[in-house]
Amino acid sequence: MDRIVKVGMADLKVIVGDGILITLGLGSCVGIALYDKTTKTAGLAHIMLPSSKLIKNNQNKAKFVDTAVEYLLELMMKMDAQRKCITAKIAGGAQMFSFKGNASEILNIGERNVQATIDVLRQHNIPIIAQDTGGNYGRTIELHAKNGILVVKTIGHGVKIL
Amino acid sequence: MSFSFDNLSSLHLDILKEIGTIGAGNAATSLSKMLDRRIDMNVPEVKIAEFKDVEDIMGGAETPVVGIYLEFSGDICGTVLLVLDVISAKHITALLLGNACSDGLKRDFSEIEISALEELGNILTAAYLGAISSFTGLTIKPSVPYFACDMLGAILSVPMIKFGQTSDKAMFIETDLINGTERFRSHFIVIPDMESFPLILKALGVV
Repeated sequence: MDRIVKVGMADLKVIVGDGILITLGLGSCVGIALYDKTTKTAGLAHIMLPSSKLIKNNQNKAKFVDTAVEYLLELMMKMDAQRKCITAKIAGGAQMFSFKGNASEILNIGERNVQATIDVLRQHNIPIIAQDTGGNYGRTIELHAKNGILVVKTIGHGVKIL
Repeated sequence: MSFSFDNLSSLHLDILKEIGTIGAGNAATSLSKMLDRRIDMNVPEVKIAEFKDVEDIMGGAETPVVGIYLEFSGDICGTVLLVLDVISAKHITALLLGNACSDGLKRDFSEIEISALEELGNILTAAYLGAISSFTGLTIKPSVPYFACDMLGAILSVPMIKFGQTSDKAMFIETDLINGTERFRSHFIVIPDMESFPLILKALGVV
């Protein structure tokens, strides 16, 4: 039985060798799964907002794309991950409520979170090898440390293996 | 003083609770009139919790729920989210539409059922905001309601993100709608923008 490590909202975790990192019910948030297959180091972040720069209350590094990726990489390096071998898979960034006309920017935050994730990973030269983002439905994701597989589960939209 | 849920005093909490209670009373009255039958609501519980724990308090991140989302603007701005479990939502639509409850476990809602639930969101929101408005004299205009049925965590992420810009905690109000012996648990999340919060407290004369 694999051990399961839960990653909450605005949270991040790193495991090595075996086990599963799981984050439940991603909506407009984005799950960023980083993996180094040479050392089987897996890191998963559940971010809520695109950038820590515009916000005063930004102590929680796991909440923002920019600080979460930085911190996740730092933790993975501490576990002796090979920086050059780290790849990314991302999921989430849905628009949960469909709206007509003028709604606040918060309703399309999912899209902005995905774009920020792509930009930040590019800045760190981490290739995105799989992506399941957008849509109007929630996702639960599981990152398997032994092989880097990312399982995406939904209600009514099937299961994907990335 | 900049406002945050971290430094909310027990006085502020009591005020929120009081407004919540009156709002719930208004909502029960409107619902009763609409349905021509007695609908009660219990005294709401106002809770402040860490993001990480909110989903567990409300029944687990993967639980399928119905969410009705509204925004409000005017003198104060913010968002409202009404969360119902799927079975309660089915029962309530049956009450509202006057027909037999369709399969309670089925996640799909027909267009008319969605419309009925959006209307419920409208009524509850108007009642709650009406309570704030009549206490404070502030003008508050709600938007049209938006419906979603999906995982609790995914639906919660929308208001949570709004909260997340300023705090790591969330406020939510738990109330039961009571129809005779049936009880429907509803969670009502009201989030004034952080700039609006001091305005409300000021208008109430507590700061």
